[in-house]
Amino acid sequence: MSNETLLSVKNLEVTFDTPKGTVNAVRGVSFDLGRERLGIVGESGSGKSQTGRAILGLTAANGRITADEMKFHDLDLATLTPKQWRKVRGARISMIMQDPKYSLNPVMTIGDQIIEAYREHHKVNAKEARHRAIDMLEAVKIREPERVFNSYPHEVSGGMGQRVMIAMMLIPDPELIIADEPTSALDVTVQLQVMAILDDLVRDRGMALIFISHDLQLVSSFCDRVLVMYQGLVVEELKASALHEAKHPYTKGLLNCLPKMDGDHSDLPILEREASWAEG
Amino acid sequence: MTTQTDISKSAKPGLKQWLVADAPQSRFQAKCGRAWLGWIKFSENKLAMIGLSVVIGLILVTIFAPLLAPYDPLAANLANRIQPPGAEHWFGTDQLGRDILSRVIYGAQYTLLIVGLVAITAAPVGLLVGTTAGFFGGWVDAVLMRITDVFLAFPKLILALAFVSALGPGIENAILAIAVTAWPPYARIARAETITVRKSDFIEAARLQGTSNFALIIGHITPMCMSSLVVRVTLDMAGMILIAAGLGFLGLGAQPPMPEWGAMVSDGRQFLLEQWWVATVPGIAILIVSLGFNLLGDGLRDVLDPRGGD
Amino acid sequence: MSAVTRKNRDGRTRTHLFSGKAGSFLRVVFSLAITFFGLLLVTFLIGRVLPIDPVLAAVGDRAPQAVYDRVREEMGLNLPLWQQFFIYISNVLQGNFGQSVLTANPVIDDIKRVFPATLELATIATIIGVLLGIPAGVFAAINKGKWPDHIVRVIGLAGHSMPIFWLGLMGLLVFYMKLDWVAGPGRLDAFYIDFIEPTTGLMLVDTLIEGDTDLFWNAVSHIILPASILAYFSLAYIARMTRSFMLEQLSQEYILTARVKGISEHRIIWRHALGNVMVPLVTVIALSYANLLEGSVLTEIIFAWPGLGLYITNSLLNADMNAVLGGTVVVGAVFISVNMLSDVLYRLLDPRARR
Repeated sequence: MSNETLLSVKNLEVTFDTPKGTVNAVRGVSFDLGRERLGIVGESGSGKSQTGRAILGLTAANGRITADEMKFHDLDLATLTPKQWRKVRGARISMIMQDPKYSLNPVMTIGDQIIEAYREHHKVNAKEARHRAIDMLEAVKIREPERVFNSYPHEVSGGMGQRVMIAMMLIPDPELIIADEPTSALDVTVQLQVMAILDDLVRDRGMALIFISHDLQLVSSFCDRVLVMYQGLVVEELKASALHEAKHPYTKGLLNCLPKMDGDHSDLPILEREASWAEG
Repeated sequence: MTTQTDISKSAKPGLKQWLVADAPQSRFQAKCGRAWLGWIKFSENKLAMIGLSVVIGLILVTIFAPLLAPYDPLAANLANRIQPPGAEHWFGTDQLGRDILSRVIYGAQYTLLIVGLVAITAAPVGLLVGTTAGFFGGWVDAVLMRITDVFLAFPKLILALAFVSALGPGIENAILAIAVTAWPPYARIARAETITVRKSDFIEAARLQGTSNFALIIGHITPMCMSSLVVRVTLDMAGMILIAAGLGFLGLGAQPPMPEWGAMVSDGRQFLLEQWWVATVPGIAILIVSLGFNLLGDGLRDVLDPRGGD
Repeated sequence: MSAVTRKNRDGRTRTHLFSGKAGSFLRVVFSLAITFFGLLLVTFLIGRVLPIDPVLAAVGDRAPQAVYDRVREEMGLNLPLWQQFFIYISNVLQGNFGQSVLTANPVIDDIKRVFPATLELATIATIIGVLLGIPAGVFAAINKGKWPDHIVRVIGLAGHSMPIFWLGLMGLLVFYMKLDWVAGPGRLDAFYIDFIEPTTGLMLVDTLIEGDTDLFWNAVSHIILPASILAYFSLAYIARMTRSFMLEQLSQEYILTARVKGISEHRIIWRHALGNVMVPLVTVIALSYANLLEGSVLTEIIFAWPGLGLYITNSLLNADMNAVLGGTVVVGAVFISVNMLSDVLYRLLDPRARR
């Protein structure tokens, strides 16, 4: 793990205007990221996904992003033009989406979608691109890459679809991958498999990873560092190896919710919340 | 998702808080609250407000036609025929010297009569067929929907033409013919809504309390279909106006000397080149009223039926 | 009506067999047959309740009672209603709609003669409507809530609100009478009409076959105004549906995926979103095409366009019921077929429905 800072975020806020009023989804999140694997954990609505999207400048049209600083290397993400963004997205920062059933284009073949991702950032001919795409499908451990290459998304299983997604997002060789709940739409049996494939590739290629999930245990086993978010705030930052040192009652609550192999089999405790945690 | 601040500031704080309360105390309050939020959304849509004013305007003109019209719409004055628009006759006169403005004003009555009668006959028929089909399913559904499909397979104007030709020209038969062509889409909509709610727990609960099938359909299922039906009927009113005008234009709807707009356009056809206003003015009246219903329906759809719109 | 009930019962017991590819094809054919059957039933009943006595129309009101009775028998009008209906069905299936009183030709021959004119008009109109309507709808969707969206919306709504006969008259007034940019009513100038041999019945094609460019351009200048007016209605509908499908697709997750990949906004809209929009849009285009085939009734009257709509209306005004009902059946059959065709196209376009 090197100490060079890849991404630096200071006081990030994301707000949405809705007919019922303004919603502050992310309220002053700050962190620095080196070539490491960072986990962001929180329940739904905690702002973890919006943090990921804001890094790619992909907040929905009714949302606003403000930050004291948002830097990727020396690049000030806050001032990028749409054209500059396109050189960053995919090529340098990429994101793995949650559910391949919805996040792959249903009327384009898998091969076309992977090739599109590659050729957007690498000027190669169609044959070379196809070759690369097949290699990449092999790299995510798809056994019949030729067949999958010519298939449509609805013709492959969820686990396979997510491997396709990983292949597609990794093929331009970005420096930072944001994985937003990459396995929560999958069957429990293939979750770890897919996670392992992603983990291997990220390590082999020396990429940084932001792993967004509601699953504290999963995050801690794949990441070096964990941010715990609650109602748009980072309530605690921990080393993954030191979860037991958690001080914030919310994190402790999350930890207590995990069933323990050796523990007693009484009911799991209910996660308690206090209004004061949400006061930044 | 945390703090919520309200952006609408148009009502008195007390009443408004009661309306937008997160936990309404009564069914009435909840209904009022929903209506209030719907109204806010609707009134923000300028085009929909224009549509609403046109429709209200049409109703007012219909009621006050005798007060608004400067002349008798049927009084012929051959000495005064085909006068261009001027101070005397704002929209000119037609081939029999009748004041076009007065005829257009009285024509509003026929338009409102036609869409009104078609709506109150076709919508309940469609609703009944659709809810029955959706509620009972099985062969009842199959038979009713086949019949609906047959009527949908006819293009509306052609079917209306065939019916009017069978029944004879006249405004009553035109209304009947348009109603016959208008109900099938309502049956489709009502059936779709019914199928989504018929397995709901609240229907099951009412059934367990011994509610009869008939009462279930009328009391519980029909209300669930109302909002999408209202939207669709409003949007269709524009189409009904156009078909009625088309029949009038062909001489199969309202008969002379009734000041029906479609028939008036037909009258002006022969003077098109030199006396363009005779055909133009009633056409614009059709356009405005039909556009009004379309704008209103569009706005209503955004509020009442978010799935149908965007 | 025994055959009817048997048909229905067969349909029901067989429904569970209607699965798989062949099954879904059978189901389509079956529902097509039932709908067509209903179409015939309705037209038959309309013909029966008519106040016009077809015998009287044929023999004239001075014919002696004996002649009247003989003709009545020849026409099969003494038979029970259900027998008459089956005779009607078998006649229609053989393309026999009876004689037209007005033209003294078999109705089917008349329809064969006039249908190409309507087809040509509706086809040109649909092409214009698609070429303008899809970009307009896309443009409105990507500018949702801004002024281009409002303009497209108002243009579209005006299209839904305009009486077509009136718009046709206004078009004639402005572009033909005042500006003289286009030719007037009819398919060709009266002077040219005898020059052309109807090979396909489509004037634009026939003139090209004969290699006569003068005639071709004359035909173009005749068709352009009525086609544009019809196209406006098709455009209004296509643009509106394109906009709403487009908005739906643009909010889908795969669009976000494409943005993450760094794809240009242009490609996201025209390749990713529109690729998905085309699937339901095919149905819309087919529906609007079928609607134009019938919607041309009023346009044909205004432009003296010798097509099916003008034929039906003229027959109607002359109480020529065989011609009216024959025309209605044909229009209904075309309508049903186009809908079925759109269903097939849908399956071809959507990979999810393909196998």
